[in-house]
Amino acid sequence: MDHTTHSPMQLNILGAGCASCVGKIEKAINSVQGVDSAEMNFADRTVLVTGKASAELIIKAVESAGYNATQIQAESAEDAMNEKEQADLQHYKSLLRHTFIALSVGIPLMIYGLFIGEMTVSTLSEQVVWGLVGVMTLAIMLISGRHFYIGAWKSFLNHNANMDTLIALGTGTAWVYSMLIVAFPQLFPEMARHVYFEATAMIIGLINLGLALEVKARGKTSEAIKRLIGLQAKTARVIRDGKDLDIDIAHVLLNDHVRVRPGEKIPVDGVVIEGNSTIDESMLTGEPMPVEKVLGDDVVTGTLNKSGSIIFKATRVGKDTALARIISMVKRAQNSKPPIGRLADVIAAYFVPAIMIIAIVSAMVWFNFGPEPSSVFAIVSATTVLIIACPCALGLATPMSVMVGVGKAAESGVLIRNGEALQTASKITAMILDKTGTITEGKPQVTDIILVNADSEEQVLALSAGIESHSEHPLAQAIVESAHARGIDAINTEHFTAISGKGVEAEVDGQILLFGNKKLMQDKHIDIGLHEAKAQILAEEAKTPMYLALAGKLLAIIAVSDPIKPDSIEAIARLKRSGIKVIMLTGDNKATAAAVAKKVGIDDFFAEVMPEDKANKVAELQQQNEVVGMTGDGINDAPALALADVGFAIGTGTDVAIESADITLMRGSLHGLADAIAISKATLRNIKQNLFGAFIYNVAGIPLAAGVLFPVFGILLNPVIAGAAMAFSSLTVVSNANRLRLFKAKEH
Amino acid sequence: MLINLLCIALIGFIIWWFWLYKPSNETKVDASTSILVKDGVYSPARIKIAANTPTEITFLRQDKSGCSATVLLPDLEISQDLALDKPTTIALPALEKGEYPFHCQMQMYKGVLIVE
Ligand SMILES: [Cu+2]
Repeated sequence: MDHTTHSPMQLNILGAGCASCVGKIEKAINSVQGVDSAEMNFADRTVLVTGKASAELIIKAVESAGYNATQIQAESAEDAMNEKEQADLQHYKSLLRHTFIALSVGIPLMIYGLFIGEMTVSTLSEQVVWGLVGVMTLAIMLISGRHFYIGAWKSFLNHNANMDTLIALGTGTAWVYSMLIVAFPQLFPEMARHVYFEATAMIIGLINLGLALEVKARGKTSEAIKRLIGLQAKTARVIRDGKDLDIDIAHVLLNDHVRVRPGEKIPVDGVVIEGNSTIDESMLTGEPMPVEKVLGDDVVTGTLNKSGSIIFKATRVGKDTALARIISMVKRAQNSKPPIGRLADVIAAYFVPAIMIIAIVSAMVWFNFGPEPSSVFAIVSATTVLIIACPCALGLATPMSVMVGVGKAAESGVLIRNGEALQTASKITAMILDKTGTITEGKPQVTDIILVNADSEEQVLALSAGIESHSEHPLAQAIVESAHARGIDAINTEHFTAISGKGVEAEVDGQILLFGNKKLMQDKHIDIGLHEAKAQILAEEAKTPMYLALAGKLLAIIAVSDPIKPDSIEAIARLKRSGIKVIMLTGDNKATAAAVAKKVGIDDFFAEVMPEDKANKVAELQQQNEVVGMTGDGINDAPALALADVGFAIGTGTDVAIESADITLMRGSLHGLADAIAISKATLRNIKQNLFGAFIYNVAGIPLAAGVLFPVFGILLNPVIAGAAMAFSSLTVVSNANRLRLFKAKEH
Repeated sequence: MLINLLCIALIGFIIWWFWLYKPSNETKVDASTSILVKDGVYSPARIKIAANTPTEITFLRQDKSGCSATVLLPDLEISQDLALDKPTTIALPALEKGEYPFHCQMQMYKGVLIVE
């Protein structure tokens, strides 16, 4: 590394409220020795400093000017991830340490109480001994439980109450009550002189243990994002001044030429300018087959170069690459909540104060109506209610499942925009599939040429390619390409006009050349006679027949068809099996549409739908109370995608329209769609299990803790058991969410 | 009797303190104020910003607990990871008048954005 020159340093400025601060801050930094220049960007409160002064000196200078500064590290997502893991690990260890300290006092005390002696206070010596135990317990509360008490107190001042509040109150009550007995045993009836120091220590230990295990389990929920981040290469080999340089990917610039050899990862997005290769894109798209890349093809960050060496020009770098955008989108989606989670939120908001009231009421009932020693029962039941009724399982139920579900989807090439899309996708009753590019490849090919008055297929292709080379229509491209593939030169045509919905017209050597459908031929009085029947047969085979006529005579019928994707049939069957009505939408004529629909097993279809009418079809279904999903591949489907309850955009590999669609399928196959729905259903099921578990736990736990079973069965929950139950309730939720990681969307 | 009265008074206090009391000490915030995330609270937790102007708020997390690592603004569909011991700035769009709560995943940390 070079130590004499310093790259510019960027600092975050805190406390700069007005534009006039800029001058002050720049002046302060410039006065530091070794600073060459300081330029502040007021809009984002950052300052760019060049020179060889250290960050610490500059930060000090900023502070002496009355502001705060922190250095912005050019950190990669991977660094941030590692840092987070590091912090989690430390947190985990400190929680375990707290657990150990608390349990090492709690367990011996509990064993003593259960098997050896009475934990009661009557004599002076007992007062002294239990007084010492009380002080020891207090020490544990302050060492291992400090975070609960500080959190509880601070929230209290903010008129908030949370799980810290409950734990602090529960353990605090038990301790204060026990201490009162130690100090003034004569105030209590003899049978009520029981101390609960062991409960306090045990509860603090167990809850710390629960939190520790939860931290561990939470780490697993972000495995998917970790995997995506791990796809990023660390360095790139760029060609500058004719030399190959290995540089950090953070320093790759737009338009840099990047060389990638077989077995290496594509470091940034780009377009191939030299060489060819096959690239494995499965890590992003879920598509198992490697993709052929030649001159002009796009390559995507994080995919794996397999066979050849290529040079590409960087088109997107840093946080603009498709992978970086996918990562940030998945992260955002993982933290968003589906509507089902909002109920839990509302409950959580009122929960803790309500629990405090229940605890007090329960204590009052025991105190007034309970058997002797009523004060003991009152305190035990109040403590147990406070401890068992933790809202954390409730709070975690939804986020944990969403986290895993969205990540799981991303692993199979399905990008879900937010929790709402995830929930709605699980409820879809009708799925509209755009035919072209969704069910089919979207790349039509010439399949049949039937000669009528033409001399040869070559002549037909030369003429039709000549006229269609002017056209933008996707079918036109198929014809031009097919002529090109056979080495046939297109014949020059003039005066080209497109006749909307019918075909095209042009002139060849002064003669009228027509190419289009039956309507065009009828309009122009071309006799197609018996050949119409042949065209009909082609149409029934899901091919689009077109007539070519020259100088008033029919030359040939050319059939073009858009091949169905190999796995469309199976994927559509999967959708139907999950109880979804599948509907096809196409601009093609009825006969072609019917043929395709039959082939892939779709019962309903709308044919001859103009692009602008697609949204109307969505609305029509919505009026019939269907929850409508719409799957399309492109820009012309945008209004329909937006109107649908869930819009699925098929973005093949590279150009992911990830911000616009509710759900983006990164691979072309419709299996992605079936996977998306299967995952959303599994996730919703998981959320419901979690919510049910969390609710049931409180619904059953609180009355039990309050002592409803006592009058009949004589059972009153021990606070220690409540502590253990509370500690493991949230762990159960996180573990159940983690179960989703094992979910496999079945392809059959 | 005394104990019963004490309990009833306590219940009354809980209802008033947590549900009825509306704190008025909002903090005026511009992009420079950072919200400290520590010990189970956001401080300040009530933040007043101007309506119809894009704003930024900065969080500084000093709490290791997993819950505090993410702040959610459900109404704005914002969820942001907060780095430990490093300021994280969230850009807010121009907002209409109203109250926008923000909280962590478990709702241990709660705050509200008051747009006026
Ligand atoms: Cu808890």
